[in-house]
Amino acid sequence: MDKTISYERYHRQMILKNFGEAGQQKLLQAKVLVIGAGGLGCPALQYLAAAGVGTLGIVDDDVVCLSNLHRQILYSVKDIGLSKAERAAEILHHLNPEIKITAYAERLTTQNALLIIDAYDIVMDGTDNFSSRYMINDACVLLNKPLVYGAVSQYEGQVAIFNHNKNKNEEPVNYRDLFAQPPKENEVLNCAEAGVLGVLPGIIGTMQANETIKLITGIGKPLINRLLTFNSLNNQLYEVELFVKLETRSLIPGNKDEFSKTNYDWLCNSTVEKFEIDSKFFNELLATSNIDVIDVRELYELPKIEEVPYIHIPLNKLNESYSLLKADIIVTVCQTGKRSLKAAKELGSVFGTSKKIFSLRGGIIQWQQYAKQVL
Amino acid sequence: MKINIIIFGQLCELLGENLVLHNIADTNSLTVVLNEKYPELINSKYAVAVNKKLVTENILLHDNCTVALLPPFSGG
Repeated sequence: MDKTISYERYHRQMILKNFGEAGQQKLLQAKVLVIGAGGLGCPALQYLAAAGVGTLGIVDDDVVCLSNLHRQILYSVKDIGLSKAERAAEILHHLNPEIKITAYAERLTTQNALLIIDAYDIVMDGTDNFSSRYMINDACVLLNKPLVYGAVSQYEGQVAIFNHNKNKNEEPVNYRDLFAQPPKENEVLNCAEAGVLGVLPGIIGTMQANETIKLITGIGKPLINRLLTFNSLNNQLYEVELFVKLETRSLIPGNKDEFSKTNYDWLCNSTVEKFEIDSKFFNELLATSNIDVIDVRELYELPKIEEVPYIHIPLNKLNESYSLLKADIIVTVCQTGKRSLKAAKELGSVFGTSKKIFSLRGGIIQWQQYAKQVL
Repeated sequence: MKINIIIFGQLCELLGENLVLHNIADTNSLTVVLNEKYPELINSKYAVAVNKKLVTENILLHDNCTVALLPPFSGG
């Protein structure tokens, strides 16, 4: 059933040729999920809400901080420390109270992604890391949802629409047809390392909103199976036609169960922050049951751990000893935290998400010093 | 036979300006030539497009074609 349209609010776009009341009605019926309410998500959300997309979902587990404000234009100083998803939803509600907005102030994971995405017609990727991008792509392939992709790096941005069945007989192109495997840690810089001028995600996020509106209303030529690159320094646009690669399909989890067991953090090697814990958190974990502490140093190394029970498996013997690890939480430790991080990564690839795996940052020496201080 | 190479994103830091190379038969040979010329490229991921079409397998290059090297971006 058609929803009531506010003619006054949408008048200027409804008088557009090929858009009209029918276009507005399509927007009102549409459900769009924006993942990441940051540099790309903020402008996109603002335009999608203003244009009257009837149902908007916003996923972001992060909170606003001062260094966000130069590009994440929905927020202001008083939002610092508050949930981005919740603040964005409130701010957009003031902009357009006639649409439904749902905030998901949680991290998108292989456990919740399919459930959240399934409730929407179109997904817009506004995330800032490869783990999320590959996970979102694979989820959209599994659920058959079009994905409006956008990403930036320094002064350049990319926009594309993936996984859209333009022709029912053809398999749609997805992100992995363009970049089959995530780059490794050292192969690409992230935003924090590389820097970004605030206007650029503003432009790219706005282009994503534009493509989303075109997809919904059926106007123009959306970037289906095409990658557009924009250079903000010289204003050059470069468009590339994309094609399905035969080997891509084998890289994507075949079903929901496989998806939920895929460890995207590990795939993307963005594992350092994920694995490392500090001495304080280590002590908190020690207070819980069901934890194995693994000392991965050589057997002769000092100081020995006397404070807690542990299993001694030198790093080079770890691959023979996986069956010894029974607990749900595993913390690897060594002298300074370097070998234990290697061990944690190795265990991460073996156990995936079936166990929580951590490495003690700073090693046993730092932890013993910390333990003395807090006593 | 002239091949125009245009580069994007952080590849500009490795390769500098857009390049012109000569007498390269196909995209696989191009990769070999580029890796010899710029060893840092071996550790870089990028997609290759010839005349604005994504390359999905080794294809022949023709005189005056344009090859784009497109690295993945992750920022948002």
